[in-house]
Amino acid sequence: MTAVSRTREARAGLGMSAPALTAIVIFFVIPAVASLLLSFTDFDIYALADLSNLRFVGFQNYARLVENPLFWKAMGNTLWFVLLGVPFVVGLSLFAAMLVNSRWLKWRPVWRVALFAPYVTTLVATAVVWRYLLHTRYGLVNYLLSLFGIAPVDWLGDPHASLPAILIFVGWKTFGYNMIIFLAALQTVPRELEEAARIDGAGWWTRLRHVTSPAIAPTVLLVSVLTVAAMFQLFAEPYVMTQGGPAQSTVTILYFMYEEGFKWWNLGSGAAVAFLLFLCILAVTLVQLRLARKAV
Amino acid sequence: MRVNRWTVTLLAAFVALLTIAPLLWMVSVSFMARGEASQFPPPLLPDSPTLDNYRMLFGTFGVGRFLANSVLVSTLATVLALLFTVPAGYAFATLRFKGRDATFRLLVAALVVPGQIGMLPLFLELKAMGLVNSYAGALVPWLAGIFGIFLVRQYCLSIPDEMLEAARIDGASEGQILRRVVLPILTPIIVTLALFVFLSSWNDFMWPLIILADQQLYTLPVALAAMSREHVQDNELMMAGAVITTLPVLILFLALQRFYLSGLLTGSVKG
Repeated sequence: MTAVSRTREARAGLGMSAPALTAIVIFFVIPAVASLLLSFTDFDIYALADLSNLRFVGFQNYARLVENPLFWKAMGNTLWFVLLGVPFVVGLSLFAAMLVNSRWLKWRPVWRVALFAPYVTTLVATAVVWRYLLHTRYGLVNYLLSLFGIAPVDWLGDPHASLPAILIFVGWKTFGYNMIIFLAALQTVPRELEEAARIDGAGWWTRLRHVTSPAIAPTVLLVSVLTVAAMFQLFAEPYVMTQGGPAQSTVTILYFMYEEGFKWWNLGSGAAVAFLLFLCILAVTLVQLRLARKAV
Repeated sequence: MRVNRWTVTLLAAFVALLTIAPLLWMVSVSFMARGEASQFPPPLLPDSPTLDNYRMLFGTFGVGRFLANSVLVSTLATVLALLFTVPAGYAFATLRFKGRDATFRLLVAALVVPGQIGMLPLFLELKAMGLVNSYAGALVPWLAGIFGIFLVRQYCLSIPDEMLEAARIDGASEGQILRRVVLPILTPIIVTLALFVFLSSWNDFMWPLIILADQQLYTLPVALAAMSREHVQDNELMMAGAVITTLPVLILFLALQRFYLSGLLTGSVKG
């Protein structure tokens, strides 16, 4: 290889990556960094009209957030979404993956696609569908429950039921994605190993504990990290299904940020929320990775 | 073992039916007459199927316009994303240039940062550029697709170096190599990436909600969300709206599912 062709290759490499890198810097890196700067200003509707109204306020936005009960409500709700949602979604996905991976299953591809389908549907559209499924009087969910003698639940109107109701929808919508990831991991478990364990008289539960779970433990962690991040980013679900209600029981951090920024035009305060959200996701992810390193 | 085989399949069929039941019911209710679904117990099938809801959506609510907006925005997002990310992914995988590996490591680290973090400053940035309330503003995030670069790079790593060297010795320029030698090999991953971008931009809600203020520019999800807030009681109408919004992507996925699922694994497992 000559020096000339090396230079040509390097120039081509820069040329081909430059448009994408420029776009990433302008539309992703700068806004992300600016978010931190914006959070130290009082950018509001007056600054939006005339930039000379903009002032540097230090940590005032953060101080105000700490005193805002709705902010804590949003943090608390999001925490509940994580605490309840992660085990729920991981369990659901793992169950589906093990079912589809079963050696006795016929027509496997059909079931796999059917279970994955909700994931590719439009979130807003299926949220509208579920709002109706969960209708107190005419919803199919309460009808099914009534067959078992359970009294109608006011899913989206009762502050205690609204968060689980949204979680049921989120679980339905996302388990197929995680199922595919789990399936790939389950397929790395050698059939012979399972077979050998079976011949040695190991029951279903023993095989699950000693053969399957060691093989999929890293995947459980991966899926948990992805699900935590997804739970922190819930927005359209409460926006369409409950508008944050009832009694603000489904206001998520992102919903709160949206209202601060684009309903009340408190962009400085909204940016502070965005930055805190980022710190939360980062912290949880780091803790989970640390735990994983210890466990391995 | 016979018993076992059928129990597992039956259980899978039951779970699968339960999973797609909301979608089937959405379609069924969309053909019901006004008010028909508001009964107890809820009817499973329409008494006499009607297209009234669809007629009303296209006639009175101008859903045709939103459908056209969605098709336009998603198609442009896909084309632009491919133009920006495919050459970059190829360059990061095979071409040697200064700072390549360090830059790529930064990009992978940035994958952890959710796009919503920068939404407010991005809004202000686009306002300064005069792009708020325009299709261009809705398209901008799709240009900065780090995931797409990652996906294409992963795929390009398997291209043998000798192949590119041979083309170079034959006197082909780097641009020609990309177009004539590399692109044909990349077809499967390009289809996968195109499908990803089209589906995600079609389904995207928060960013178009923020950037598109003018109702004439609304994409289907934004329009549907606005309609569903005003017409809470018109279940049959809303179900028809949901069908129009989600059926195109569902069909696209079913037709090209092989590409979608393989790309999903490259993205998550190796990521």
